Amino acid sequence: MSGSTAERGDQGQLAGLLARYEDVDALLDACAQVRDAGYRQWDALTPFPVHGIEAAMGNRRTRLPWIVFAGGAAGAVTGLWLTWWTHAVSYPLVISGKPFFALPAYIPVVFELTVLFAALTAFVSMIALNGLPRPHHPLFGARGFDKVTDDGLFIFVDVADRMFDRVATAKLLEETGALSVEEVRDE
Amino acid sequence: MSTQAIGYRPYGEDTPLERPPLVLGDNDFHSITEKVSRVVERPKPPRGWYVSLAVSGLLTLVLLAMVVYLISTGIGVWGVNIPVGWGFAIVNFVFWVGIGHAGTLISAILFLFRQQWRTSINRAAEAMTIFAVICAGMFPAIHVGRVWFEYWIFPIPNWSGMWPNFRSPLLWDVFAVSTYFTVSLVFWYMGMIPDLATLRDRAPTKARRIAYGLLSLGWRGSARQWHRYEVTYLLLAALATPLVLSVHSVVSFDFAVAQLPGWHTTIFPPYFVAGAIFSGFAMVLTLLVPARQFFGLKELITMRHLENMCKIILATGTMVGYSYSIEFFISWYSGNLTEFFVFLNRAFGPYGWAYWIMFTCNAIVPQLFWFKRVRTNLVWMMIIGVLVNVGMWFERFVIVMSLHRDFLPSSWGIYIPTWVDILTLLGSFGLFFFLFTLFCRFAPFIAMAEVKSVMPASHPHRAAAGAGH
Repeated sequence: MSGSTAERGDQGQLAGLLARYEDVDALLDACAQVRDAGYRQWDALTPFPVHGIEAAMGNRRTRLPWIVFAGGAAGAVTGLWLTWWTHAVSYPLVISGKPFFALPAYIPVVFELTVLFAALTAFVSMIALNGLPRPHHPLFGARGFDKVTDDGLFIFVDVADRMFDRVATAKLLEETGALSVEEVRDE
Repeated sequence: MSTQAIGYRPYGEDTPLERPPLVLGDNDFHSITEKVSRVVERPKPPRGWYVSLAVSGLLTLVLLAMVVYLISTGIGVWGVNIPVGWGFAIVNFVFWVGIGHAGTLISAILFLFRQQWRTSINRAAEAMTIFAVICAGMFPAIHVGRVWFEYWIFPIPNWSGMWPNFRSPLLWDVFAVSTYFTVSLVFWYMGMIPDLATLRDRAPTKARRIAYGLLSLGWRGSARQWHRYEVTYLLLAALATPLVLSVHSVVSFDFAVAQLPGWHTTIFPPYFVAGAIFSGFAMVLTLLVPARQFFGLKELITMRHLENMCKIILATGTMVGYSYSIEFFISWYSGNLTEFFVFLNRAFGPYGWAYWIMFTCNAIVPQLFWFKRVRTNLVWMMIIGVLVNVGMWFERFVIVMSLHRDFLPSSWGIYIPTWVDILTLLGSFGLFFFLFTLFCRFAPFIAMAEVKSVMPASHPHRAAAGAGH
């Protein structure tokens, strides 16, 4: 079905179905229904983070905290290595009679590098895991989708989902109480 | 939530049992977007904006001229000399770093404490942080005299084979302030991504669409994106919180680790941090009171927000006042004659006037905020906010001026700032306000997505109760 020429109009290839909802309650109910129907490649799109939507969508928690922990640990090791190597190995110099490896005096530097590495790791991995930057996405061409950063609440079911069926999926979305269901095409 | 306010309501009508709404007026998600985006999108900003841009722009040029004059001539154009080898540059540095702290406090610490009232003011406060740290970072950079050797303080391999001394508080400062700046910048930018996407989606012209499109990285507001975004935001807040406390502690180590009487006291780190938050909040007030007026954001930045900040100023001001007193007491109680002399000299010596300006502005004036009439009055807020900043600048001045009389009367001296010192200080204020003025016009002034997420309509099963949306 995916290869049929009927779907390739002059409007481009079908990318998925976009449904719009009235309010947060309707969106959460709809998410639970789409989840229970067994869809995998779909997403809810909202102008602000909706709390409780992870459960309604059946999403797993992100592994980001572990990545950030690793980043912070790398920062601590870098700080310790930098201070030790420069002062005890590469350029040993007695200052105020302190030992070459004067750990208490290095704590501020180690701490700052830990925070710096962890924070940069957090930001970069958030961007990377979210698939950003992504200047083009089929959704940006959808009618009314610019409302998603204003007050629009949407569900988008991707054509790549193995359960996707133009008619059946559209019917499901309509039954969840969508205000409108629209076909999204990739130009 | 039956107390949906209609129009602008005086704050005093709230009862303690009922939480006042964070957003006043008959607002829904769309009207929030409209109100905040209008600041950026309206064809002409209000006249006050042009005045601010012109005045601060002029002062920025003065700053530029002073820096060029300093670098091309030498540090001798400043009033610094032996025994006062640290003058306005360090005073200004510590002052500006302190100003930054309120921004991070609002965005990180209040976030961790689930203080939802932070949402309307955190964006502007974070912007203030960034600009204040830019002003701060400039001073250590120019005060070294030979700025072209600046790279010596960074641990980068160079021809001399030398490494910087990590046992020195001045180097800790380099790490603390640069980390603070980087993390604040990342936090600020990340928080803006969804709102920049809003501006992208509403952009009236193609140029704006491209500019905001690039900045917003293609944000789509998907639930999976939001989830990672929120986790990251929480992690950054958790990382920034100890960072705020560490930065000013490290700045205080510049003094406290020295052996100069009046400097090497253990009270310095907490006392500096309290003072930093104190002056930072005063600066947030002095920026936000006019900004909400000019841009018509009174329903979002409500009297409750301003009053809460006044309460924080009251609390931290009291801490600062306590520190002044306990410092004095301990210097007597310790039995250290040199130490006690320094404090007597601070209060009654040649710079006694500065000490009393500091004490009045920081310890006495904020006590007016005990009165509700004062802390809900915009004029009083502005006056007290400005006075607190004056006082905090003098606090740093008083501390640095401890250099003028230490152990040996034979090495006593005096410090008189030159016109270059004074114009550089004024110029740094110019740069700060110039950057903030530009920010008001080109970036989302209020965190729209966050404000929406604290409105009743964004919470499931409450929308039906009839509040808001």
